[in-house]
Amino acid sequence: MKLTDLSRDINEWFDGSGPSADIVISSRIRLARNLAGRKFLSRCSVPEQTEILDELKDALMSLDLGDRIFYISVDKASPLDRNFLVERHLISRHHAFGKGPRGAVIAKREFFTAMINEEDHLRIQIIKGGLQLNQCAEQINGIDDMIEQKVDYAFNTRFGYLTACPTNLGTGIRVSVMLHLPALKMTDQINKFLNAAKDLNLAVRGLFGEGTEAAGDFYQLSNQVTLGVSTADIVSQFQDSIIPEIIEYENVARNQLLSRQTEILDDKISRAMALLKSAHLISSQEALFLLSHLRLGINLRRHAGASTPAIESLLALGGDKPSNKTQGLSVTTINRLFMLTLPAHLQLNYGKPLDSTHRDVLRARIIRSALNPDQ
Amino acid sequence: MQCQSCHKREATVHVTEISEGVRSELHLCEKCAHQEGIAVKSQIPLNELLSTLLASQPDESDLFAESGQSEPCPHCGFTMSQFRTKAVLGCPYDYEMFETALLPIIERAQNGQTTHTGKVPSRTPVDTKRQITLSALRRQLEAAVQNEDYEKAAKLRDKIKKLKKE
Repeated sequence: MKLTDLSRDINEWFDGSGPSADIVISSRIRLARNLAGRKFLSRCSVPEQTEILDELKDALMSLDLGDRIFYISVDKASPLDRNFLVERHLISRHHAFGKGPRGAVIAKREFFTAMINEEDHLRIQIIKGGLQLNQCAEQINGIDDMIEQKVDYAFNTRFGYLTACPTNLGTGIRVSVMLHLPALKMTDQINKFLNAAKDLNLAVRGLFGEGTEAAGDFYQLSNQVTLGVSTADIVSQFQDSIIPEIIEYENVARNQLLSRQTEILDDKISRAMALLKSAHLISSQEALFLLSHLRLGINLRRHAGASTPAIESLLALGGDKPSNKTQGLSVTTINRLFMLTLPAHLQLNYGKPLDSTHRDVLRARIIRSALNPDQ
Repeated sequence: MQCQSCHKREATVHVTEISEGVRSELHLCEKCAHQEGIAVKSQIPLNELLSTLLASQPDESDLFAESGQSEPCPHCGFTMSQFRTKAVLGCPYDYEMFETALLPIIERAQNGQTTHTGKVPSRTPVDTKRQITLSALRRQLEAAVQNEDYEKAAKLRDKIKKLKKE
């Protein structure tokens, strides 16, 4: 399995499908687990870390996940490959640039990753497009059961699954939902969302998890409490109350833009279009920021049937494939631009490392050619 | 938006100042903001936050001493004072060994919760102390087999069996 087999296109969960996918980009659940009778990683010698890695790798590679799985030795991978895996949401930054023997078992369709020797011995995750937390929970629970048949997890009756850091103790679960909230931002109401998250004891992070800033109106919302609340309760709180409420906030803001602030909306979409169609140098931050506005425009048509001058000309752009021309520019095309123009994707697909200016040139070229299909 | 200072990079730091009722805005890139002495703080990872939180509690080490929790863990050598800098524990057994000292920390990190609810491994979990003994015995068994010391291996196997039944 070569990473370039993945890097040419977006992953399945990012194709724009899934429930409420106009606002909810993805649902992810990860579980933190450690082996019984072993020290936590920070206390392990390199040989001990290798033993843990081997034991878990064997257990995971023998799982039947209904998809081909492959293993990547993260500590031996090039920095470019590591960055790519982070951009792909397959591993965390901590795992990519940590220390010691470590690896990842990944399903080819990218719905599943197991990070071995991250902060805990094992972190498994399921990721799906749109709001699908129940499905994520069911699947990850099944995989957790399968692994547990092969290894002994560290567990005690008082504190549940024992983790290196007490912030993951108990269920070891982290539920994360990636949200696209451009209208709340445009209408200066994003604080409403941030405050609500704070009141509910939830963490808000950027596109690539812990330690990253929100970019391009993408926010990752996740639980912080892992002890004393069952997985089912955490998941249902997100799936049935928190996320639907945020979707409602965003939809109200979108309607407000359409009914009372069309100029603001059209200005943002038109400016984004003009810049993306003609820029010759564009940073990934700027691309994310501008593409976010195009994504909003397309979704307003798809989900609210909206028609404004800017939305009309946006849809008239067609897309990078002839089949898209009849339906206009698609969310999939925008999502593809989002992901394939990220730094590591660009370089992997180009075949060699590029400095930031060359990346900006290449990024601008890819976006221009997608948005100017007749050229 | 372009940085107002270097006019090259994207402005990512936005400063709004209201002085004597006059509002002024400044848009800078991270580099220029740094030069201007404006601190750009990225989000603090949870672990760091936790250890900062702990470091700000000067009486904590006395607390560990009082509760008899200043001794290192016999299995991994972890001490509670090390938790301040790293915010991670040394081994699963630490949760039992340092329970008294850890409880207030867990309570704070977990919004007042201190007891697990939910999934339990389908196989009855053995307590961590026994798990550690088991793993040590298993390692000895492996070594004994490798050294072809079958007498010792048989004894170790019986020990493991007995411990598992308890």
